[in-house]
Amino acid sequence: MPEANEPLALEAGAHQKLLDLFDKHISDAVLDSHRALGDLWVRVRNDAWHQAVEVVRHQLGWRYFVFLSGIDWMLNPQMSAESSFGGEDDSASKATPAADEAPKFTSGYTGNEGRFQVFCRIHDVPSGIGVTLKTDLEEPGLRVASVADLYRGADWHEREAYEMFGFDFVGHPSLRKLYLPAGFEGHPLRKDFPLLARELKPWPGIVNVEPIPDHLDPKKIEAAQAAEAAAATGGSSDGSAADPAKAKAKADRLAALMAKSKARKGSTGSETPASDGAVPAKPANDRLAALLERSKARKKEREGDQ
Amino acid sequence: MSVNAFDTDFKRAAYIAAQAAEARVNLEFETEGMTLNIGPQHPVTHGSLRIVVRLDGERVVWADPVPGYMHRGYEKLCEVRNYAQVTALSNRMDWLGSFCSEVPFLLAAEQLMEIEAPDRAQYIRTILFQLGRIANYILFLGDMGVQIGAITPIFYAFRDREHVLNLIESATGGRFHPNFDRIGGLKDDLPKGWVDECRSAMDKVDLVADQMQDVLLGNPIVQERSRGIGVLPAEVALEYGISGANARASGIDYDLRRDGPELAMAWKHTDFKVWTHPDGDIFARFWVRLQELREDTKIVRQLLDGLPAGPIMTKVPRVIKVPKGEAYVMTENPLGHMGYYVISDGGQGPFRTKIRTPSFSTISVVPWLAKGVYLPDLVAILGSLYYILGDIDR
Repeated sequence: MPEANEPLALEAGAHQKLLDLFDKHISDAVLDSHRALGDLWVRVRNDAWHQAVEVVRHQLGWRYFVFLSGIDWMLNPQMSAESSFGGEDDSASKATPAADEAPKFTSGYTGNEGRFQVFCRIHDVPSGIGVTLKTDLEEPGLRVASVADLYRGADWHEREAYEMFGFDFVGHPSLRKLYLPAGFEGHPLRKDFPLLARELKPWPGIVNVEPIPDHLDPKKIEAAQAAEAAAATGGSSDGSAADPAKAKAKADRLAALMAKSKARKGSTGSETPASDGAVPAKPANDRLAALLERSKARKKEREGDQ
Repeated sequence: MSVNAFDTDFKRAAYIAAQAAEARVNLEFETEGMTLNIGPQHPVTHGSLRIVVRLDGERVVWADPVPGYMHRGYEKLCEVRNYAQVTALSNRMDWLGSFCSEVPFLLAAEQLMEIEAPDRAQYIRTILFQLGRIANYILFLGDMGVQIGAITPIFYAFRDREHVLNLIESATGGRFHPNFDRIGGLKDDLPKGWVDECRSAMDKVDLVADQMQDVLLGNPIVQERSRGIGVLPAEVALEYGISGANARASGIDYDLRRDGPELAMAWKHTDFKVWTHPDGDIFARFWVRLQELREDTKIVRQLLDGLPAGPIMTKVPRVIKVPKGEAYVMTENPLGHMGYYVISDGGQGPFRTKIRTPSFSTISVVPWLAKGVYLPDLVAILGSLYYILGDIDR
């Protein structure tokens, strides 16, 4: 279907023109390019960043500046610690616990050298075709040329990248903070900048199923009952006080667990530790049992109807 | 494409020259410069935007917007959320047309997953998107009146916006934050009788447009306050990344719904006109939005007529993992072009999300635009640029 392919063909043509111009002007500085979904990514060398944007601006005449920002390719330490979240790549590395403390990097289209990248997007207005340009920043200094002289809109975007990542845009008219207060320390969008809310409380989405409370977990109740039976056959029926010292900790815990479960069930056995003065434990499971019974009755009714 | 940049550039130069001449006449009165803080708490700022203005008499020498009083770090928060949870954040960026900001993110995720919502879902998505635009534009028309001294229209706007908000509420359950879009489709189908209700609401919205036009457009005070003030030439607008109705008011004939890359939305099945205005001043921005409000209702009617039957959700895995890759999707939101650059590393959540918001670019042009204007005009210019704080401070 040539009609359906036409827009993509148009884009491919414009992108080819861009690559040809890059070849002509900064041929040795283009490190990689990638095409997908009718879109183009080009990675250029750091020292050719300004030139590359200049080619797009003046040679190609694309005038619509969309955005500029940075990427930190380090894997998020807060997220990689949580097992069921994160990429396929690091799920493999998680199987073998990370012995080395070196931060791991991931990568996107056209690859990256090192941790930080600046990327920007420029569109051509009549055709609506765009390109994403990327460049790597070297760790000490994180310097890159400012493109605010080519696109005036880059001014604020570079100020944002400066405060959020700590990049140094050489030649920027006034590189100062945009959003953050002047005294703010750190660069929030770096992956190693801790997100306080996540430090205090783990990501809630990580838990698909809420863990069963101890007093409702059948396995734990069984174990507790078994322990109780063992303790009873061992001699003392008085519980933890008379237990031998070696298994004390374990038996203690189990006995407590059992007592709790019994209290919840509302069983008034003589061996239940007396909760002196406290409010008698409310039979929490009565409601559950009643619900179960009701549902069973309904089921029977329904079957009877049929 | 009709860009008459030289025309408007020339107009601007002439305007500044006239002002300079006037200033020369007044030279005998020695004036002292003054620095004035507009905001952070100020009615014109739609929230808390601070603008530091240097004044010479009543004329602005330079202006420096200071955003960040409402910065919530959404780009950082996106990194610790999964794809379904991000829509709750994106709702809170442009809160007057919040359904619209959900869409580009999910489209980017769908592009990476190589799935597409079913036809019906695409139509409903587009209808709700258009309703978001309408709600936003109605409020703009009222708000614009307030900025130039007419108090009445804002009350009409708040009253008449309810027609649209009620529709959005009955379909999605949320008046302002629908959180209705899902990867691969929508949460629910439309309720019974919604289509007819929507049609009658569109008639009411058309009446609103007429009413606003009658109240404001022909008013001589409005004309005085808005014609030839705050002129933004097309060249400058493009360099600053100004988009949407603001760009079209500068004569840039560009609408992503018509000219953008093909998205899984239903605009391709509709026929509408993209309005532009050559002047690029306050009046042009007001006029373009008024015309677009009418076009938007037209689009909604066409979509309602063509609404197909079928499922509203495509097959997606229960735990959504987006394959490794990068995608950038931009849509024509009420405030301008909103885009999400999503980088996925194959996990349940985006590795990095760059949110390109229209208001950010819109406000970044204020230092350029404010030079040499009178202080009350600055208020009118800010009103006509129409930004929303949540959209600047992501």
